[in-house]
Amino acid sequence: MRSIVIAAILLAGTVSAQAQQKPAVDSAKIDAAIAAAFPTAPPEWRPRFDQDETMKVCSIHHNVPPKADADAIQAREKAKIEYPADGNLLGDWKSGERLAQSGYGLRFTDYPARNPNGGNCYACHQLTKAEVSYGTIGPSLLNYGKVRNFGAAETKAAYEKVYNAQAAYPCSNMPRFGTNKVLTIEQIKDLVALVMSPDSPVNK
Amino acid sequence: MVKKLLVALVACCAVVAVSSIARAQDETEKAIEKYRQMLKEDPWSNPGLLDADRGEGLWTTAAGPNKASLEKCDLGKGPGVVDGAFAELPRYFADANKVMDLETRLLWCIEKLQGAKREDLVKRPYPAGGQPVKDLGAIATYVASKSNGMKFAAKLDKAQEKVVVDEGQAIFFRRQGPHDFACATCHADSGKRIRLQGLPFLSEPKEAQQVVGQWPAYRVSTTQVMTMQHRMYDCYWQMRMPELEIGSDVSVALISYLIKSAEGGDIAAPGLKR
Ligand code: HEC
Ligand code: HEC
Repeated sequence: MRSIVIAAILLAGTVSAQAQQKPAVDSAKIDAAIAAAFPTAPPEWRPRFDQDETMKVCSIHHNVPPKADADAIQAREKAKIEYPADGNLLGDWKSGERLAQSGYGLRFTDYPARNPNGGNCYACHQLTKAEVSYGTIGPSLLNYGKVRNFGAAETKAAYEKVYNAQAAYPCSNMPRFGTNKVLTIEQIKDLVALVMSPDSPVNK
Repeated sequence: MVKKLLVALVACCAVVAVSSIARAQDETEKAIEKYRQMLKEDPWSNPGLLDADRGEGLWTTAAGPNKASLEKCDLGKGPGVVDGAFAELPRYFADANKVMDLETRLLWCIEKLQGAKREDLVKRPYPAGGQPVKDLGAIATYVASKSNGMKFAAKLDKAQEKVVVDEGQAIFFRRQGPHDFACATCHADSGKRIRLQGLPFLSEPKEAQQVVGQWPAYRVSTTQVMTMQHRMYDCYWQMRMPELEIGSDVSVALISYLIKSAEGGDIAAPGLKR
């Protein structure tokens, strides 16, 4: 995990050439265009048009923020992580596997909700040998816990990754599941168990 | 030939319902391969051409409150000129004082020439799964097919056009919604996929040139033609955003950016997609 962060920071230092290709656009005009482009959206959907500070910075820098911005994102997102009251980070890997398979939730065809929101981890990650239909936007998580010796610090890092991916990796393409209220703390514990517990198929 | 293909497709999609996603993807891949082979032997076996034919009929048929056809519609090369028009879109239209992509321009012509109401036209512009593309999409398929074999040559060099392309790029990279998604989350890298679906690197000209010219496309998985505006709508659905309005400035800016990125690429519409 640390090596990824370092790589990201190194990368951030070398992209000034790419940054120059970005034309200056009027961001207020873009915001207004977005707000006008979905006229049938019910009022409770309208907050989805807005960007928080982190989204804004990542968008402007095409996900490769300069170091000062990257540091600010990390500090800000880390502060948004909430932990289970009892300190136990490991839930049930079996329900974690179901959540990892499910892309359900928050699409305009998902209302009224018939199921809990999914984590859709398989859309972007390989997790188990059994599931061959997996995406590659994120790295393979096969044996994720095993190669980390099921360590306590690594378990906490996995919890933080799923809760808020940008706390360790500014402008990560991975959603901030906890911070954005896509998944609950209980669901995130189940997903942590999926990647970190010794009896999970991820580690077999 | 077309009928035989459709039967094969229905059989393929019945399999989809009962097997794992991986298996279904596999079957779809096989069906697409079979299609590609058949298209090589007989280009006229593309089911999307049925919709292009329908679109051609609609273009010349008097319709709407004004009982007018679209034959006076100016797609940029003069009233009624269809051949090669798609290859030069999007462009700025002085009469509308707007940059327009193909579908947005067709909407405008249907409104102005035939007298239809815009709010009716934008209400339900896309078909349910398995239903044929709606009339507007059929006309778009017809017009696009009349640039088949040409290269994307939209100039997009007027001041108004440049602004729209730049805005399209900003929108492409704009993250929003509960999953923090931008178009760039899924389309700004090479060789990536979501589950088993390949994701073209659309901000990279080489990859954009290979795929953008295939839209409108016949989709094997839904057995219908999907237009580029519909493609944008569907990707915003994946992004957990509401329903993107057809012809909205956001849709036009994105399509302008994609076509600019695909400049020089071959037009092969209607194409064939998963
Ligand atoms: C839209 C794609 C996407 C989705 C969906 C996604 N991830 Fe990720 N994930 C990524 C990317 C990209 C990275 C690498 C960058 C980073 O570390 O943030 C990553 C990194 C990770 C890492 C750290 C990997 C390492 O090298 O240490 C873990 C653990 C992880 N994801 C777990 C999950 C889980 C569990 C889910 C489902 C709740 C999930 N991800 C859903 C894209 C995604
Ligand atoms: C969460 C991932 C995701 C996001 C975000 C996303 N797309 Fe897509 N996009 C896909 C997938 C998956 C496909 C292929 C669909 C299929 O095969 O059925 C696709 C297909 C496309 C295609 C057709 C590509 C081809 O092969 O011809 C275009 C063009 C496109 N998307 C543009 C966009 C734009 C513009 C945005 C932003 C508004 C966007 N996408 C956002 C996942 C995404």
